[in-house]
Amino acid sequence: MLQALEGSQAIARTVALCRPQVVSAYPITPQTHIVENISKLVADGQFNCEFISVESEFSAASVALGAAMAGSRAYTASASQGILLMAEVLYNIAGMRVPLVMTCANRAISAPLSIWNDQQDSMAVRDAGWIQLYCADNQEAVDTTIQAYRIAERTELPVMVCMDGFTLTHTLEGIDVPEQQQVDDFLPPYHFQRALDPRNPTSIGTLLSPDFYPEARHSHHQALLNAAAEIIAADQDWGAVCGRSYGGLLKVIGAADAEIAIICLGSVLGTLEAALSEMQPQRPVKLIHLRTFRPFPAEALRQVCAGLSDVIVLERAIAPGSGGIVGLEVVAALSQLDRVPRVHNCAAGLGGRDIPMEILPQLLSMIDDEDRSFRIIDVDVSKLPIEDR
Amino acid sequence: MLEIRIHGRGGQGNVVAAYLLAAAAFEVNRYGQAFPNFGAERRGAPVVAFVRLADQPIRRRCQVRSPAFLIVQDEALLHVPGVLDGLQAGGGVLVNSNHSSEQLNAQMQTNNLIGLPATPLAQQILGRPVPNTALLAAFLALTDMLPQEALSKALSHRFKGAVLERNLQLINVAASQVPAGQWKTTETVAEAE
Repeated sequence: MLQALEGSQAIARTVALCRPQVVSAYPITPQTHIVENISKLVADGQFNCEFISVESEFSAASVALGAAMAGSRAYTASASQGILLMAEVLYNIAGMRVPLVMTCANRAISAPLSIWNDQQDSMAVRDAGWIQLYCADNQEAVDTTIQAYRIAERTELPVMVCMDGFTLTHTLEGIDVPEQQQVDDFLPPYHFQRALDPRNPTSIGTLLSPDFYPEARHSHHQALLNAAAEIIAADQDWGAVCGRSYGGLLKVIGAADAEIAIICLGSVLGTLEAALSEMQPQRPVKLIHLRTFRPFPAEALRQVCAGLSDVIVLERAIAPGSGGIVGLEVVAALSQLDRVPRVHNCAAGLGGRDIPMEILPQLLSMIDDEDRSFRIIDVDVSKLPIEDR
Repeated sequence: MLEIRIHGRGGQGNVVAAYLLAAAAFEVNRYGQAFPNFGAERRGAPVVAFVRLADQPIRRRCQVRSPAFLIVQDEALLHVPGVLDGLQAGGGVLVNSNHSSEQLNAQMQTNNLIGLPATPLAQQILGRPVPNTALLAAFLALTDMLPQEALSKALSHRFKGAVLERNLQLINVAASQVPAGQWKTTETVAEAE
């Protein structure tokens, strides 16, 4: 049943349905209403878990790590500078192969200080070794959070569910929060095989000499690549429960005969969809929502991009001094095709700049532009100093 | 799809107003979407929130640039640059004001403003100068966009006890103080009806 809920509130209720025993959070900016709502559910006796308010994001991640290693299902949420402060622990969580779910309510990184939405925060930790799933709307964020626990527990890898800050977290819309029984059936109580046990002591994350370090990295990399199958399966199986699925690794929308595709991650998909149906561009266009960024779905991407003339990659973050982040990975993946589409790469909506419907014709105009270098497409040149124009 | 922009000041319940309006749509099986345009949040600062109402799920997430209607919770905001920007031709502006609609229109040299003394009404009935729910009730009365019961139900999900009772009283009074159906168009009424 659709309920009118703010995104953060829906995620809080969904987390409670997943029954983590420990939730840790640093409850001030840049935190969202997610953990605030979780703490209310706990205080009201509607959610039985140990809610631990800690003194920093570093500690929030550390507590979640410890709780998961002790065998609990655990959760935390963060964004922006909070993700950066967690970064060291995020690498440790992944390297120790700890099954954990966190929400990243995507926000820009300072300086300059910004509280608004882009995806620079999760992109900054894209190589921490976590699975990263990007959600196009609040319903997908709800369903993906549930799927994330199963993926994490079956792969023994942490999962970061990325949802655009404000654009999703602070938007009220119709959301179906599943029934407890549905979630319980999908997520039975978890037993972590490698949970720390004083009766059977083991060490993890210890010093690894050059004799074994590359092998550890290889196995971690391989585990992420192998996780693709679990991501697809979780989406299919949860789809069978609730009737909603999101394409597994990626979702394709629009004309099947299109020779042009726009690749995006997150909530900008909805605006592009609306623009596509309202503006009816002359040449057919399809949209590819890159739901899974880690592991990078290179093979799935090649399948849906084979035969295309042009691929436009729209980013919500940049690699200063280089350009696109997602774009480079798309180019690398598509370079293995016999006929490689032209790839056009831009960013938009950095630091919360509104992405209007007119983004669609603007993106499509890149196809005819001889200059294929990366750019921030919505920069207002008049605001730039002369030397930067 | 109808797009509405709500202007107010921090502390006036601007975001709550937007959330209530969108939530009311679901009470009559329509779709709503509401989100704030957050800035550095502080009491008294101008704030903006956006609402969309439709008969189908709403996909776009861009800000509302050409609203069909504006709700302005503080008449002083009428003089702040940008507040009236993008209003569609024929669009109406509901203003929280102690001045009559005639006085407001004469002052602003327009004919599409409707005034409602929402703050004194709220002060009198709620005991607090929070104008948002009175304005929503008046807005629904003007547009016929959603039945008043939809707003009552949305309120009952958010408030309880005396606060709810007083708000229900307030929206009844507020709805009767504006010309019913004056802004009603085929677009404001559900296709299903």
